Amino acid sequence: MAVDHRSYPFPAKAPADADRPVSSLVETIPPPAEADAEMLEFLADYERRSLLRFVTIGSVDDGKSTLIGRLLYETGGVFEDQLAAVTSTDGEGEASINFANLTDGLVAEREQGITIDVAYRYFATKKRKFIIADTPGHVQYTRNMATGASTADAAIILIDARLGVLQQSRRHATIANLIGIPHLLVAVNKMDLVDFDQGAYQAIVDEFRAFTAKLGFDKVEFFPVSALEGDNVVQASTRTPWFAESGGADGKGGKPLLEHLETMPVPTTGDEDRLIFPVQLVSRPDLNFRGYAGTLAAGSVRPGDAVKVLPSGKTTKVERVVAWDGDLPEAFAPMSVTLTLADEIDISRGDVLTRVDNQLHVSRRLTATLVWMHDIPLEPNRQYLIKHMTTLVSGTITAVHHRLDMDSLEPVDADTLSLNDVGDVTLSLNRPLILDEYEADKTAGSFVIIDRVSNVTIAAGMIRSHGEDYQDDGRAVAAALTAEERAARSNQKPAVLWMTGRSGTGKIVVARALERRLFDAGHQAYVFDPRRITKIERQAQGKALDFVIDAAELAADAGMIVIVAFTSPARSDRDRARERLADRFEFVEAFFDAELPTCRSRLEALGRDPEEASYAYEPPDDPDIMIDGDELDIEAEVDRLMRSLERRGLITT
Amino acid sequence: MDARRLTHLRQLEAESIFIIREVVAEFQNPVMLYSIGKDSAVMLRLARKAFWPGKLPFPLMHVNTTWKFKEMIAFRDKLCRETGLELIEHINHDGVRRGINPFDHGGSYTDIMKTDGLKQALTEHAFDAAFGGARRDEERSRAKERVYSFRDRKHAWDPKNQRPELWRLYNGRHKKGESIRVFPLSNWTELDVWQYIHLERIPIVPLYYAKVRPVVERDGTLIMVDDERMRLEPGEEPKREMVRFRTLGCYPLTGAVRSEATTVPQIIHEMLTTKTSERSGRVIDRDEEASMEKKKREGYF
Repeated sequence: MAVDHRSYPFPAKAPADADRPVSSLVETIPPPAEADAEMLEFLADYERRSLLRFVTIGSVDDGKSTLIGRLLYETGGVFEDQLAAVTSTDGEGEASINFANLTDGLVAEREQGITIDVAYRYFATKKRKFIIADTPGHVQYTRNMATGASTADAAIILIDARLGVLQQSRRHATIANLIGIPHLLVAVNKMDLVDFDQGAYQAIVDEFRAFTAKLGFDKVEFFPVSALEGDNVVQASTRTPWFAESGGADGKGGKPLLEHLETMPVPTTGDEDRLIFPVQLVSRPDLNFRGYAGTLAAGSVRPGDAVKVLPSGKTTKVERVVAWDGDLPEAFAPMSVTLTLADEIDISRGDVLTRVDNQLHVSRRLTATLVWMHDIPLEPNRQYLIKHMTTLVSGTITAVHHRLDMDSLEPVDADTLSLNDVGDVTLSLNRPLILDEYEADKTAGSFVIIDRVSNVTIAAGMIRSHGEDYQDDGRAVAAALTAEERAARSNQKPAVLWMTGRSGTGKIVVARALERRLFDAGHQAYVFDPRRITKIERQAQGKALDFVIDAAELAADAGMIVIVAFTSPARSDRDRARERLADRFEFVEAFFDAELPTCRSRLEALGRDPEEASYAYEPPDDPDIMIDGDELDIEAEVDRLMRSLERRGLITT
Repeated sequence: MDARRLTHLRQLEAESIFIIREVVAEFQNPVMLYSIGKDSAVMLRLARKAFWPGKLPFPLMHVNTTWKFKEMIAFRDKLCRETGLELIEHINHDGVRRGINPFDHGGSYTDIMKTDGLKQALTEHAFDAAFGGARRDEERSRAKERVYSFRDRKHAWDPKNQRPELWRLYNGRHKKGESIRVFPLSNWTELDVWQYIHLERIPIVPLYYAKVRPVVERDGTLIMVDDERMRLEPGEEPKREMVRFRTLGCYPLTGAVRSEATTVPQIIHEMLTTKTSERSGRVIDRDEEASMEKKKREGYF
């Protein structure tokens, strides 16, 4: 059978050349035997199967685990030893399989009888390979549902036939819709417990259809099933003749759930009439090759195509689509390839290649729907990190517009969001993102928010709209003034020089002298020390350092060389400062060391308590600069620091 | 069909390559844990594809318990020599000095030679990301494992402190001393791995192919007599049987299966018709209920 080249099958032979060394171990691969013919046919067929990812949503009692267990069992996805582990025998020797136990994973949750996290399951049929994201459906587990739904092409929601449409069912459908799942399958489960009554089923269908009509799914379909007894899951049930006859869409015959999963169309991004190629890595193995590695988020690209690089707005042509299997005539989403371009343009990770008539936006302000995923609640105006495609930027949430009330499913006023809340906010970013609205493109329209201190993912966001656009001609983008540009005017780089050491080691006097020297040489520097930042005394203990870090970040963003001169005795505090500042600015740690008597006498001379010198202090393991506070010659130290800044490229004369 | 659509294997391949590249972009000092098995073989091929035409930007590391099959070590050395891959071999020398072996030390043998050995090596080289070839379909407790699995400074895994992974967005932020295990094959199944080996013609250790080998049968498990260190019970006599291995590890702890499968398609055929999961050949898993979960918390894959 001829395969269209665009479906990108595997080449008949693995490529091998001098640069792509395949070891002589290939000779150990046995040649195909005659007996393999049948298997080879199977493998050729297996290779062509498509992939469908779906999410299953339901609460503990809806029978979700049983449904998944049933799907795995009947499609041959369960081995005998796994089956033995979940089979129990009753007093009369009758064996019964606990399907739910096939999937419940962690010991802790099997003991509690709940699933507490997203689990992924795999099975294949003759037509398709499936990945199930199995998510728990408790009201407090919104975040898991969002996680599972984010990569799904379809969602299965379970409704208990005895209980009918519950608030929880509406909540699940609302969230699935929010995450942008186009296709909803509703399994009305436990039909065996209502004697496969058509009336009971139809009442649920009518009620739920009326609700979902408001939500805007592409398709909502219903199935009367008994996961426990296997009706309409894999096999068509003989106990629901009314469904087999006219229970499907448009009054056609209804099909079992699996058959539907096997035949429903899988959304594809490769055919889109656009290009979104976020650059992941720049590949420079030698001087003759410069390629941009990435995974296409949408659309396709061919050699010769004109492309635009965002945010610079420069245009060029694609030269080659490089892959291990040889250069390709075309790449399309979601392939991972390396592109080479006709012109040498400065491109780095986080930049995006699009078509010349690009429809992406470049913006620093956006509104988004957030799903809050952590115990730490949202704090307006706090600096967060935002990961979007292949970039990481910092920014703040400047306004919370509303929160979705999980009972009424209506928006209500809110000032913050807490764990499992969903709501709309405005974000203001320190650098522009190259983005699209979530509805237009899931990859370019989604992001996660990361807490800067703990590094945990605390929220997931879907972009609904964006502010002023810097896009299109590149000049507008340049209007967004950067810290580097500001600093360049003073022949410097934005930087933080963090001076640490016991009280009385001479930090402040050296800091102030350095500030003066930098200023006189035409640079811009500013010292943060306890004398200048008196406000710090009013800050609660522990928050003081965060205040200094925030202030240092702003000053560095204004292009300054910031000199921080605080004892900062805890190593963890200084690590935190480095972690928060070092990804945007040069961060240099200078350690002032001196014998205690030196410190004491210096403090005494200043009229301060000499005891301050003996407060607990953790010296840095590996400071960038060491300063000997015992033999302090201020002018000589400043000379040395100036040379050090110059050597690090932070100032030029 | 005219649609630009990838086959499921090509989708998995693209996803794995994305993950491998993402780790290299966001971590300072990654390493690939190379166990010499079939999953490692696939992972290595994906990594080489990810950086082609460049070389791998990280070394491979093999934690050698000193009880691996001889053929595994020979395969490893030949592969690295002929393709110019950088390999770090780590042996827990303290364990060797103490004479730790799979016969006398049962469960603690794996803890010491494998788990501790791995932790030692990660600490010694200060790796902040370690690629592993584990898959979610291997065992029930693995179904919830993240692609990025966060470990604290002591390399311990805390099931409660894992980060949600949405869309294609992996959060790689970490503090000094913390590290992650990365599982680029998370979404692959055993069949996918074999199919890929078949299509890509990836060499694997010949122990996967059936051959007449000397084995002894103990508690229903066939153990291959790979060298003179194998302790035979009184009256136990190695028999020559046509066997192969579904997973590879330390030879005294790895059960063989009777098989006639001498080609990859035959192995796949056998896999599709067999009735036990691949881990059933591992002696260590039988010790206790949920043994994988416990081992994972301790830092073993």
